[in-house]
Amino acid sequence: MIKFTNVFKAFPKGGLALKDVSFHIAKGEFVFLTGHSGAGKSTVLKLVYAEEPVTSGEVRVSGFTLADARRRDIPKLRRRLGIVFQDFRLLEDRTAEENVAFALEVTGARRASIPARVMRVLTQVGLAAKAHAYPRELSGGEQQRVAIARALVNEPTVLLADEPTGNLDERATRGVFQLLRDINASGTAVVMATHDLDLVRQAPYRVIELQEGALVYDSAVDEPRDQAASP
Amino acid sequence: MNLVIREALLAFRRAPLLSALSVTTIAFSLFVVGLFGLVAVNLQQALRDVAERVEIVAYLLPGAPIETITLAEKDIEAFPEVQAAAYVSEDQALDRARAELVEFRDVLQELERNPLPASIEVKLKPRFRDVEHVNEVAERLRGFGFVDDVRFGRDWVANVDRLRQIAAAVGLVVGAAFAVVAIIIIGTTIRMAVLQRSREIAIMRLVGATDGFVRRPFLLQGALKGMLGGLAAVALSYGAYALINRWLIHAEFFSREQAVAIVGFGMLIGFFGSAASVGRHLRRI
Ligand SMILES: Nc1ncnc2c1ncn2[C@@H]1O[C@H](COP(=O)(O)OP(=O)(O)O)[C@@H](O)[C@H]1O
Ligand SMILES: [Mg+2]
Repeated sequence: MIKFTNVFKAFPKGGLALKDVSFHIAKGEFVFLTGHSGAGKSTVLKLVYAEEPVTSGEVRVSGFTLADARRRDIPKLRRRLGIVFQDFRLLEDRTAEENVAFALEVTGARRASIPARVMRVLTQVGLAAKAHAYPRELSGGEQQRVAIARALVNEPTVLLADEPTGNLDERATRGVFQLLRDINASGTAVVMATHDLDLVRQAPYRVIELQEGALVYDSAVDEPRDQAASP
Repeated sequence: MNLVIREALLAFRRAPLLSALSVTTIAFSLFVVGLFGLVAVNLQQALRDVAERVEIVAYLLPGAPIETITLAEKDIEAFPEVQAAAYVSEDQALDRARAELVEFRDVLQELERNPLPASIEVKLKPRFRDVEHVNEVAERLRGFGFVDDVRFGRDWVANVDRLRQIAAAVGLVVGAAFAVVAIIIIGTTIRMAVLQRSREIAIMRLVGATDGFVRRPFLLQGALKGMLGGLAAVALSYGAYALINRWLIHAEFFSREQAVAIVGFGMLIGFFGSAASVGRHLRRI
């Protein structure tokens, strides 16, 4: 469903961020994208949601081939993805409910169906009681749950999460991670970029590791290895 | 409420200061353009009043038969340039002189013989009130056998003509210069509004909003701001007009169509300024 074939990515100012990266992620998988800061994790995700163009190679996402994706195809692609960031990216002057509803409104969902769908995802992330709270009235963990609810409300086939626990304390991290596992258990693929190796060890999921833009380990392809030896 | 309208109005509430700044900028820019417009309108009106008086007078030889003159009057009125031709008899000329030249009433009273000739006064249609046509018509009038002499303010007509051209040119150049400045300033405030909401735009695009969807509230908002600015500009112009009218000189205000045009121009600037700013922003992300 997400397929990278010999992907290179060069930024106009800066060197090669990705070098000859190939992998395939199937429907319903949970994949950790690991590596040091600057290894290229965010860049992989940006290519998936077409924030950045591919320099060479091919990226296929849910039926779209991103090399020839035109600008006006990008919204269609993004409606099939849910995206979550370290910094939440909520709109400060809208309540939790409005932030989630916003994602439905911009995609032209039927107006009458919106409130029920919003409440359903807020309930799923455990925030139904705080639907009317503004982001500043919520803890970091709660804000990330709102962001996840927003990502889920369009019923994506994949949830992309770029360091979703990067700004959270341990308790909130565990909560958010468990939420992502639950989401995956109900059938949505999850690709989670993180450099938190404790988190990676906690779960038996596939690991793709990047190092200076190169894919150095993929647990689906390579021999299992001693996790303690990796960075 | 429609989503686009809601988002557009939300922007006013969310950034009241910036919105007020945009509206004020548009208002004052258009006000300055409007002031020049007012000057132009009044100058045009003044010149039209002057031009209104452009008359050609054909003095008639004494003793011309009245039937001939009446026929000629009909002929002259049929000239394509002519709006009206009026016969003024010797007696009418004298009466008029007595009424108008009060200082000489006694002198005129004691005249034994009326020294004033009869005449035909010819008024041209407005669009023919320039040197060329005046000369042309005067020439044709001279062709009538019973016409003694034809008079009109030759230099004077030429001056009005020149003045009118200069006024139009100056008005056009200065007005255009201010309009350009206004568009630049307005474009800047709109760009600030777009930048202020760049985070929001990024999030909208992230969750799958199309460019059109992102753009629409901005366009509506721009048009609204432009309209408010235009209305304020008309109000300011009216204030200036009222002051001038009261303390300085009698002046004319914009016609309803001109006032509507100013508001419409504000809307257009707001709309296209927003379109340009948002378009440029979207192309970069
Ligand atoms: N917009 C950009 N312009 C130039 N270089 C960039 C840009 N984004 C990322 N890079 C570079 O690409 C490399 C990979 O970055 P990134 O994917 O953000 O790493 P990670 O998410 O693993 O920390 C880094 O060297 C980074 O400096
Ligand atoms: Mg990163």
